[in-house]
Amino acid sequence: MNVYDIVFYLFAALTVISAFFVVTNRNIVYSAFFLLFTFFGVAGIYVLLGADFVAIVQLIVYVGGILILLLFGVMLTNKITNVEIKTGTINIYPAVIGVGLLTGSLLAALINTSWRSVPASAPQATTAALGTILLQEYALVFELLGIILLIALIGAASIARREA
Amino acid sequence: MMYDFFVDLFGNTTISGIISGFVMSLIPLFLFILPFALFAVYLERKVSAHMQDRLGPMRTGWHGWKQTIADILKLIQKEDIVAKDNDKLLFNIAPVLTFAGSYAAFAAIPFTSIFIGTEVDLGIFFIIAVTGLVVAGILMAGWASNNKYSLLGSMRSVAQIISYEIPTILVVLSLVMISGTMNLHTLSELQTGYVWNWYIFGGPGAELSKFLLIPSMFIGFLIIYISTLAEVNRTPFDIPEAESELVSGYHTEYSGMKFAMFFLAEYANMFAVSAIVVALFLGGYQSPIGYLGDLIGAKWMIPIEQFSWFTIKGVFFVFVQMWLRWTLPRLRVDQLMTTSWKYLIPIAFVNLIIIGLITLL
Repeated sequence: MNVYDIVFYLFAALTVISAFFVVTNRNIVYSAFFLLFTFFGVAGIYVLLGADFVAIVQLIVYVGGILILLLFGVMLTNKITNVEIKTGTINIYPAVIGVGLLTGSLLAALINTSWRSVPASAPQATTAALGTILLQEYALVFELLGIILLIALIGAASIARREA
Repeated sequence: MMYDFFVDLFGNTTISGIISGFVMSLIPLFLFILPFALFAVYLERKVSAHMQDRLGPMRTGWHGWKQTIADILKLIQKEDIVAKDNDKLLFNIAPVLTFAGSYAAFAAIPFTSIFIGTEVDLGIFFIIAVTGLVVAGILMAGWASNNKYSLLGSMRSVAQIISYEIPTILVVLSLVMISGTMNLHTLSELQTGYVWNWYIFGGPGAELSKFLLIPSMFIGFLIIYISTLAEVNRTPFDIPEAESELVSGYHTEYSGMKFAMFFLAEYANMFAVSAIVVALFLGGYQSPIGYLGDLIGAKWMIPIEQFSWFTIKGVFFVFVQMWLRWTLPRLRVDQLMTTSWKYLIPIAFVNLIIIGLITLL
């Protein structure tokens, strides 16, 4: 057990436990806040895998953006108007079958793969290499993605501006 | 650097790695943030007092210098009140989360050339990302308090932080385009030499593009200073804790040490944003006039000098924040949003494009 392993198990435990609370908690605001810790744990695992840029983007996009938006929505409905949003359990049998199939296939893949383990090397900074790849090999895809995001933004703004 | 020194000190094992990690991460807290917060609270009182033609605290010690220490002792003794309708779990986590978020930023701030928490390649990007934790902590505090003032305050605060993050990121992006690095340590090293090598004066080098950059850099500096001011909820952007409307915003319900944690986070944030502005535009820990250590051949003095320069620059901008607080009136919510979305962001965008064109030269 070295430091790397200890940190990995800490982040893995954080991710799994908080993800468990996200789905089991009956209070939707609690679920949203536990999602924060799940995202944080995933970002930590990215760092351990040497994907520093992806980890930070994970924090900015999911914690700084999507989660805050989610919290805003949930909180405004939960405390300001007196609507109690509770999560309940419905359609339990189809869910059990679906989840069982998914778990089974994932486990089968996990067991049947012959894992190759490579001795860990010190992680390198990935940002410069990522930038080069994005703007050279995948320049067209990158620009197209940018345009799609721009369209989504303009669409959102025009929907929000429309007077009923 | 410093981490390796600690690993050697404790013997090279797993446990020593963990211990050195903890020691490294606690150094900025105990050697810097706590003394700084004590000093900054005192400074804030004195600055505000003198601006209003008062004297401020005068009774405890010479010119009241022991006043903040007495206040901390008072805060420690206060009862920890959790009201019946507060959400117990989130109410207790929120101050920790907020402080953790603002403290995490200190991991990437270079205090001297030999001390930086982590030499992470993404430096400034990391700082922007962990601010997200502060936002979540503030929302958590506002919601868990179960108090309309707290909830309104936290909503305002979060809306404001999110809006003003965009001009900050745009200015940071222009700096990254010029320097080609996001690491604050490398960025400070690039601005070595004398005052005209700082990025506010176009960065190192003496070619034509440096002089073309100067006006854009001044604009960028102003934008990032204004928007970071809004990100730490200081006047004129202090509607989240506007005393006359919202008691004290998201920490209305907090008492004792939990209140102290929010307070500490606020002062840590004030220094953190000043440090970011200093590291990006004003040479970081670099001296503007060369080092005494170089002059008399004492290399060991250089880090000490660098640390003093960094602190002086940082505390100067904290002082400017206090100065503005007692000079400018508070903005209304709509004015606040207008400032960000209709002025700062377009100007920052145009500035970014101009800087991009100049760097292509």
